[in-house]
Amino acid sequence: MTHAKEASTTPRGTAISIRDVGMEFSRRGQSVTALDGVSLDIAAGTFCSVLGPSGCGKSTLLSLISGLARPTRGEVRVGGRPLAGPYHDVGIVFQSDVLLPWMTILDNILLPARVKKQDMGAARARGLRLLENVGLIDFRDHYPSELSGGMRQRASICRALLTEPSVLLMDEPFGALDALTREKMQLDLNRIWAEDAKTVMFITHDIEEAVALADQVIVMGPRPGKVIRRYEIDFAQPRTLGIRREPRFQDIVDDIRNVFHSAGVL
Amino acid sequence: MKAATLGTVLPPLAALLVLVALWQASTDVFAIPDYILPSPLAIAEAVVANWPLLLKQSWATFVESMLGFGLGIVVGIPLAVLIACSPAAEKTFYPLLVASQSVPKVALAPIFVVWFGFGLLPKVLIAFSIAFFPVVVNTVVGLQRTPPDMIRLMRALGSSPLETFWRVRIPMASPFIFAGIKISSAFAVVGAIVGEFIAAEQGLGYLQLVANNNLQIPLLFACLLMLSVLGAVIYYLVVLVERLILPAPLRALQNGEPGQ
Ligand SMILES: Nc1ncnc2c1ncn2[C@@H]1O[C@H](COP(=O)(O)OP(=O)(O)OP(=O)(O)O)[C@@H](O)[C@H]1O
Ligand SMILES: [Mg+2]
Repeated sequence: MTHAKEASTTPRGTAISIRDVGMEFSRRGQSVTALDGVSLDIAAGTFCSVLGPSGCGKSTLLSLISGLARPTRGEVRVGGRPLAGPYHDVGIVFQSDVLLPWMTILDNILLPARVKKQDMGAARARGLRLLENVGLIDFRDHYPSELSGGMRQRASICRALLTEPSVLLMDEPFGALDALTREKMQLDLNRIWAEDAKTVMFITHDIEEAVALADQVIVMGPRPGKVIRRYEIDFAQPRTLGIRREPRFQDIVDDIRNVFHSAGVL
Repeated sequence: MKAATLGTVLPPLAALLVLVALWQASTDVFAIPDYILPSPLAIAEAVVANWPLLLKQSWATFVESMLGFGLGIVVGIPLAVLIACSPAAEKTFYPLLVASQSVPKVALAPIFVVWFGFGLLPKVLIAFSIAFFPVVVNTVVGLQRTPPDMIRLMRALGSSPLETFWRVRIPMASPFIFAGIKISSAFAVVGAIVGEFIAAEQGLGYLQLVANNNLQIPLLFACLLMLSVLGAVIYYLVVLVERLILPAPLRALQNGEPGQ
């Protein structure tokens, strides 16, 4: 069932390119700088984690890449084209699962296809396959309120994957989960991602989670949001629980902790 | 499920029976005259003796209440939608609406009678003026409670604001809308009765005044009984419609229960 694609068969162009992006919000005459001169490139098919303290503009960055917001300065390109608004080829997982409470899990997962007026028969088949893959197939006719937090978040990941987007944006998807569920979800996500390497931007507060999952870790400093460090993580994909015990893993984690410390975050 | 329903119905029913028995006993023991506090039996007799009349007057009050109530929904929900969707409308209408609630609606009744006469219209309007506010407020609150990420999700999927409104915001608000409608259903009956007290040729309020003037106190209490039944009938009509329209998870949302 799980055919991991050869990493070399996926194009390694730049999927997401951000050039000198700034974002200011004005509220009651006062302006807040959420992002100040952020530049970064995410290669197609790679998993990129974004780490940063609360309020540093991570969610803002994500909404710029999703096209839900426009930057006040600079340019965001996805797949080579400058963004002008929400676009088709993206899946988003929010911090809360935002499943619709009156729809069954299956109907929730099919929502993207329904809104985009796609062929529902094909979507249904894909949806069932996704549910099967994350172990939710027996819950397809349940309502979200009947599922645990981790199950709901898995369902919302399935929803984001339904239309097979090439870009997947995740905003602290596991933030609300307990440590054990969280670790299981990380493994699940890594496995799903490895099956057809999408470009993923994954926002988190959790240093070890960021390093365990990603090919690239972007570290942002406290407000106004700026990229202060980036790391290439070259452990083989897909990852196992074992890498957390490797000295090199701990070195990177410690290094990031030091970076936060000298930035005055820790 | 059956046992649970019985379990919820039996205790209050038993308490009610005990209360009525006590009432009957005390009116017998202390020989309380009917014109002060009629016994349950005397009231039951009045109900039986005046049944066609009570039914006719109840129907009149029912019609007035339902028309005012219906008007409250038909005007209230679109107004709430306007307020929830347009910040300008919210700034303009919402303060006025809230301020308007400081006017005791009961005090409007004599004015409505002056303007609209003794017929159906003033009762319907009084019922409406009391009933529409809870619908508006609850609908506005419900529409504003859609989680922002839900709206962002829909936008990212390419849904237009109108489509998001129908697909997400209205269903999310529906438990609140029904909560408002339920409150209104009780208010509407109050409005209709007040209208009948001021000036009417029919209705339970009117019959109460007549019974009062003729010192037919058991009939007065019979009217009260019919009014309670009327209120309950309208309320449970709403509950029935809610059951037909709202899927179970949304009803649970309203009752504040976790799933199931
Ligand atoms: N719509 C908005 N209007 C005004 N200010 C905003 C808005 N969105 C974000 N901000 C501000 O921008 C800054 C960055 O917010 P953002 O939500 O991107 O932070 P974050 O890194 O995601 O934080 P967290 O980790 O707590 O989720 C904050 O100071 C916030 O107050
Ligand atoms: Mg955030």
